[in-house]
Order: sequence, then structure tokens, then C-alpha cells
Amino acid sequence: MMVVYALYGVAALVVLAPVAIALSASPRGTSVVYGASLMITLTQGMIALLSLFGYSDPSSTVTLPLGLPWLGAHFRIDALASFFLVVVNLGGASASLFALGYGRHEHSPQRVLPFYPAYLAAMNLVVMADDAFSFLVSWEFMSLTSWALVIAHHRISENVRAGYIYLLMASFGTLALLLAFGLLAGADGNYAFDAMRASHPSAALAALVLVLTIVGAGSKAGVVPLHAWLPLAHPAAPSHVSALMSGVMTKVAVYGLVRIVFDLLGPPDWWWSMAVLAVGGITAVMGVLYALMQHDLKRLLAYHTVENIGIIYIGLGLALAFKAYDMPLAAALALTAGLFHVFNHSVFKSLLFFGAGAVLNATGERDMEHLGGLIHRMPQTAFVFLVGCVAISALPPLNGFVSEWLTFQAILLSPQLPAWGLKFLVPAVGALLALSAALAAACFVKAFGVSFLGRARTPAAAQAQETDSNSLAAMYFLAALCLVAGILPGFFIDALAPVTKSLVGVSMPHQAGVEWLSIVPIAESRSSYNGLLVFIFVLLAGSTAAFAIHRLASDKLRRGPAWDCGYPDPSPATQYTASSFAQPIRRVYGTSVFRAREIGEIPPPGATTPARLTVELRDLIWDAAYAPVAEAIGYAAEKLNYLQFLTIRQYLSLVFTALVILLLVLAIWQ
Amino acid sequence: MIRGFALQGAQMLLVLLLSPLLTGFVRKVKARLLRRQGPPLLQPYLDLIRLMRKDVVLAESASWLFRVIPYIVVAGTWVAASLVPTFGSGLMFSWSADLIAIIALLGSARFFLALAGLDVGTSFGGIGSSREVMIASLAEPAMLMIVFTLALIAGSTQLSTMAAYMLSGEEGLRVSLGLALLALIIVAIAENARIPIDNPATHLELTMVHEAMVLEYSGRHLALIDLSSELKLLLYISLIGCLFAPWGIAGPDASAQAHAIGVVTYLAKLAVGGFLLAVFETAISKMRVFRVPAFLGAALMLGLLATLLMFVSRSL
Repeated sequence: MMVVYALYGVAALVVLAPVAIALSASPRGTSVVYGASLMITLTQGMIALLSLFGYSDPSSTVTLPLGLPWLGAHFRIDALASFFLVVVNLGGASASLFALGYGRHEHSPQRVLPFYPAYLAAMNLVVMADDAFSFLVSWEFMSLTSWALVIAHHRISENVRAGYIYLLMASFGTLALLLAFGLLAGADGNYAFDAMRASHPSAALAALVLVLTIVGAGSKAGVVPLHAWLPLAHPAAPSHVSALMSGVMTKVAVYGLVRIVFDLLGPPDWWWSMAVLAVGGITAVMGVLYALMQHDLKRLLAYHTVENIGIIYIGLGLALAFKAYDMPLAAALALTAGLFHVFNHSVFKSLLFFGAGAVLNATGERDMEHLGGLIHRMPQTAFVFLVGCVAISALPPLNGFVSEWLTFQAILLSPQLPAWGLKFLVPAVGALLALSAALAAACFVKAFGVSFLGRARTPAAAQAQETDSNSLAAMYFLAALCLVAGILPGFFIDALAPVTKSLVGVSMPHQAGVEWLSIVPIAESRSSYNGLLVFIFVLLAGSTAAFAIHRLASDKLRRGPAWDCGYPDPSPATQYTASSFAQPIRRVYGTSVFRAREIGEIPPPGATTPARLTVELRDLIWDAAYAPVAEAIGYAAEKLNYLQFLTIRQYLSLVFTALVILLLVLAIWQ
Repeated sequence: MIRGFALQGAQMLLVLLLSPLLTGFVRKVKARLLRRQGPPLLQPYLDLIRLMRKDVVLAESASWLFRVIPYIVVAGTWVAASLVPTFGSGLMFSWSADLIAIIALLGSARFFLALAGLDVGTSFGGIGSSREVMIASLAEPAMLMIVFTLALIAGSTQLSTMAAYMLSGEEGLRVSLGLALLALIIVAIAENARIPIDNPATHLELTMVHEAMVLEYSGRHLALIDLSSELKLLLYISLIGCLFAPWGIAGPDASAQAHAIGVVTYLAKLAVGGFLLAVFETAISKMRVFRVPAFLGAALMLGLLATLLMFVSRSL
């Protein structure tokens, strides 16, 4: 029954889209569209939660007379779909709430409002689809609506380029998925997921499907090296849409991978996990290294999405390995870790993009080198942004730590895996995961420290105003969720139990009953963590220290100029900037990864020209994988351009020759 | 229950009270090795009290975060230090955070301290923070690799279980344990900003890391920051002690006498650790900042090698 209600919700969103065209002219249109989106996504989220907790029949399917005539469009909400529906609609609802305030500053609402509800509807549909045709149509619908939102501000040439690359990569990804589904469906064209589940493809075919899925779903999720579009397209969209693209749409892409690899493709081979793990490890570290080199706040956040997708892939890869070797409990742990990180990342990434949007609104700047000191002008935004930074840096007691901790626990179970390849790969991936966690903390010290702390670097930053109450409400809500999921993770792990049960057969031990609300993945003697107690201890220890010192020693305070070793400089340009903050890390990692070079130009004595330090970075992945392809296409197009200027006789003979060749091929083929 | 609470409380107080003494001891030994008289053993306590009584002089551009951070840092470090078994492993709350969580808790403290370096908006704070996070970006993964090795050997990431396992002597000598110990020492030196990574005694050198980061702090805030560095030094020596020299640690149900022995051996371990640190620091010179990655990279590689050995063989 739930699936019917959910489809009504999607229909409402689809109807809202054309209504929004009419409304976008009126000043109240923004509030109406986002308010309606908020209501609908909240209802959808409720429906999804109820289905996740088992209040609906997972086998009930709705078939609509749409799509392929012999198939129809099937929709179903099973445990996996309901979890991802929760993620989609939680993100959708918070983005709508944020946009109730943020969207008012939009100067061309008619370019955003109609596509926004359509985009939400598309993401809902992808997750609910129960046959390959509706999945792909919804997937493409999702790509196109988000593309329209990316180029909403089309007068900025950067955005147009981002939209172009995004469109190319999205089509490429869909093509790969189309082929994957085609192979799964076999020669008879059984596009219903049920039929795919029942047919067991041969090993070679499964391998091909796996690779195509990693390419297809991975390009949408932004795994390295298919990530190139992501840091261009996500920041280009309006901030609430950036939050949806980074926080939610990449999760829909993860859903695609989980659906195909864990559900449709049958029992896994051990080496599948190698592919997913290797991709995940590389993605995690490369994503964060790219992020460290950025000084555009939204682009930095987009690169962190790449990193977090890597972390999710590591969890999923471990789950595949354990599943292949029939270690269901360990598989459940790894899968829970991955899926919990899906949820966590959608929460804190949305929060961070909202914060970046609030800053963008207040100052008109995305470049961190032009910000600074915002904590004085926007204390509330600064506070919630800080919560997001701590959460994404995987620091206790917030939620990012819990999912990474679970991933580490899963890694510690993996020496029991017999395959030699995995024995070498898993510790290396563990090291990469640890490295990416430490680098992420460094990156968010930079992001928060340069944008919000210090002194204002521009007048715009010095005159920033606190953002509106709707936006703040959305951010506080997500920040609270970061804390709750961090200190009471047991409930969230339990909520994931039906999902893991449906995919690997068992679920992690029930956590809600454990003493003191701590989480115990396997056994208490082995490992346990209690975020609540850690949080309370830190709170108690800190307040005890504050109380004791203020009562017993001194609580006097006076303000003076900064000390700075006796050389304080009034110019804010003497502060550390984003690129100078990243300099030590650039020298350690960047010289090999980005061929980073620092070129210092020091004028001769007596010259009055200023000295200059320029940093050169090269994107080796772009140079190696994208530039040659673009060049080859350009070359071929230039050569073929000749064909556009033929005479009519030449065209006729060309057509004739083509026909003869085709007939010859056909004759030989037969 | 009550016993567990009492032990946990005793541990919290013990680490808090002992940590300045340890720092004083290291300073004293270093001074004596250089044929100086050195400050009295109790000087760090006097410093803390003096600083706490003074007014705070806060930079005009400092925000509320700058004033909150010392409390966060000291709380995080204190909680972490209280969860590492020192004289007894029967701590009430040792299960609330395993070794990974303790490391991450120290990471949280460092995260906030690095933010404090950027808050006032001076170049010294920035240089300290940016170098600190660069060092941490190598030290933290190295530490996690060490944790992996130890966890795979002991079959647990719980520190009390690990200590009990090490104490049982089932393991004997293993290559990976040796590698892990070496890596842990390197990480401990880096984390505590000791020579050759950083020099805790300097204030006006461009090579300084930790001291540059906290340059703008004064009064009670500075006292708290100093206290948390002292706690961190104690934590790392306790950690090395409880994992690699677990002798004397009283078990969960041990008698009062066993606990007394535990306290005495713990003090002895601290003294040995502090003495070795002082000798090492006197014997070596500070290295350039950009040589640090190679030094810490070695720790990371040792940790990774130790973990790999654990994956491929149960006996190495």
C-alpha cells in the first residue's frame, strides 16, 4: 500500500513542476513551491520510514501502464529502497526548508523553481523503480533536471562549461548502465528486476556487468577517475540544489550500485570486492587531496563528496568480500558501515552546502581567500557549519566517526578472508582510509578557519549579515541530527537491520538493548563504542575545568591587540590564506600527485616590482584520461568537417557507396 | 560497580595530578644531562597556578570559539588519558571508547587547537596550525596502522583487553610487535611536539609548530593548553607502557595490594619513559620541517608493514 502512497507523492511533485512555471512570476511563488515540496518530501519520508520499520509489504508491486508496452512500469519499496527513500526525502525536506529562505534571493526563480520538484520526483522514482526501463528513464530524468539546475545561472561561462561536461558524463554513465541492464536482461529482454534476480548470469557476463555498473553508477557518484564533472557541476547549481546533488544524488548512484551488485547480480565472486575496494581507496584519498588544493568553498565541499563516496565504496567492497566467502555477520557489519555512512554523509554534506550557501548569500563570495572573520558577523551559521566540519572530519562524538569506526572494525575482521589478493589489498585500503580521514580533518580546519575565523579579508566579508531563520532552522535540524546519530548510533544501526538482512541474509546484533546505549558490533570484549558517554564525559570534564578555574582562580579578561610575537600587522592580508595553509601538505603530497611547483620570482636588488610566488598544479587525471579523448574527438570532427561541404554528386555517391558496403557486410555476415 | 567508579575516578585524578610532574621530571633530567641545575621538579605546577591566577589578555579579533577551545582541548585530552589503563585495567568506562576512539578523541582536540591558531588572524598562528595538520595527516594514519596491528594480535581494539592479552604473555616476540613499537615511538614523539619534530622549549623560531599555534593564548587559557599537552605526554607514555610493558597492571578484580603494586610500577614506567625521552631529546637535534614527512612516513610504512605481516601470517 505504501508504494501507492509514495507514487501519489511523486505525482504531486511532478504536478508541482508545471505549476511552478506559472507561479515563478509572482513574488510568493518561491514560498509556495518550496513549502509544497517540503510538505510532500516530509510525507514521502514518513512513508519511507514506515516501510523501513516493516509497516508495509515489501513484495507489493504497482504496475503502471507506462513505458515498454509488454512490461509496464513496476514500482516497489523493499527494505533497501525504503532506506534510500529516507535519505532522499530527508535531504529533500531539509533543502526545501533551507530554500524557503535562501530561494528568496534567487534572481531568476523561473530557471530554478520548475526543475526543483521535478528533480526531487526523479530521485524518488529511481529508488522505487522495480524494472530496468523505469529505472533508466527515472535516472535520465534525474540527470536532465539536475543539469537544468546546474545551468540555472547560465550567464556565468564557467557554469555553462560545467553543464556541458556534466551532460556528457551523465550520458556516458547512463549508456554504461543501459548496457549493464541489457546484459542482465539477456536475449529475451526480461527487464523486470524479478526476472533478473532469478536468472544467474555466467561468470564472464557478471564480470562485465560489474564493470559497467561501477562505471555507470560510479560516474554519477563521482568515483575517481570519473569524478571530473562533479566538482564543476555541484558548485555551479544554487546552494540548496548543490546540497541535493552532493548529499542525495550521489547516494542514489550508490543505490544503483548496491541494487545491481548485491541484489540483481546473484552471489558475488571474491574478486568483485577487489575492484570496489580499490576504486574506493583511491577515490577516498584523491578526493581529499584535490579538496585540500581548492580555495573555492563549494568546490572544496564537492571534492569531499568524492572522498566520502570512496569511504562508502570501501564499506560496500568489504561487504562483498565477506559475502563471497560466506561470512554473513562480517558482511552485515561492513554493509551497515557503508550504508550508515551514506546516511551520515547526506546529513553533514547538506548541512555544509547550506552553510556555504548562507555565506554566498551574505557576502557574494565562494572564494575563501575573500572571506574571513565571519564568526563575528554570522555566529549561528558559523556554529552549525563547525558542527558539520567536525562531523565530516570523522571526529567523535559526531556521526561521521561512528560510520568510519564501523568500517575500521570491518577491516579488522578481514584477515580471515582466504584470498591472497585481499590480504594485500585490505590493509592498504585501511591505510588509505586512515590517511583520508586525517587529511579530511586538515582540510576542514582550513575550510572553517579561513572562511569563518581570523579577520575579514574583504569589505563584503566585514559587512556580512546573519542568514534568515528558515535557512538557520534547516541547518540546526541537520546539525542536531549529526549529534544524535553520533551519540545514539545504536538506533540507526538497528534501523538498517532489515536492509542488511535482505542483502546479505543476516543483520548486525541488535544494539538498542546493549547496556548504556553503546554499540557493540561483534562482542564487547572485541570492541565497543559509546558516543553518548564520551560526549557526556567531555562535557563534564570541560565544564568542571571551567567552573573550577573561574571560581578558584581568575575569571578576569581584557582585550588588547594581538600579540603575534610583537609584530602584529593591521592588514588582514598578513593572515594565513587557504593556499598558504595548504602549502605544507602540498609540498608533502602535491609534488607527486599534482606535480605541484612553486615558482618564486624575486626582482633584483633595487627594482621596485613586487616579488611573486606562483603555484602550478596539474590535474594528471584530466591530462591522462580526459584531454586525449577530447583531443581525439576534436581531431576527428575537424577531419570529418570536410564532409559538410560536398557537392550533390559527391553526396549521392557517398550514400551509394555506403549502401553497397552495408549490403556487402550483410551478405558476408549471413 | 562502586569499585569501578572509584577506580575510574582515581585514574582521572591520578593522570591529572601526575602529568605536570612528568613534564617537570623530563625537564629536570634534560637539564641535568646538560650539566645545568634546571628548574625544580614541581615547577610545572607552579607555572599552572601562576597562569591560572593571571588575567586573560584576549586579542581584539578573537571570537567566542577562541575562548571555548581551551576547555574543549583539555576535556578531550583528559577523557582520553583517563581511558588508558595505567595502574589497573578494571576501569569502569574503558569500554566506552576503544583505542580507535581514544586516538580520534585526541584528533578532535587537535582539530580545535588548530582552529584556535587561525582564529586571531595572525601569521604565527597560521604557520603553527598548517604545520600541525600536516604532521597530523601523517601521524594519525600511522597510529591507526599501529592500532590495527595490535588489534589483530590481541583480537580486540579495547585497551583493557589488549593490555590483559599482552600481560598474559601468550604472544612472545613477534616481528610486527617490534615494528609497531618503533612506529608508536615515532608517532608519540611527533604527537607531543618533541625534538626532533618540534621543540617545546622555543618560542621564537620559525620551525616551531605547537608553540606558534598557541601563541595568542594567555592566562588561564594558556594554563589549560599547557595542561593538556602535559596530559598528552602522560597518555602516550601510559599507552606504550600498558601495551608493551604491561607488567604490574592490576586486573579487573585484583586486590588492593595488587593495585598498590600497579601504582608503583606505573610510576616506575613513567620515570623510565620520561628518562628515555629526555636522553633521546638531548642526543638528537631538531630536524627541518620538511624532513618531518620522511620521518613520519617511516612510521606509517612500519605500521603498514606490521599490519600486512599480520594479514599474511599468524606467526610473524
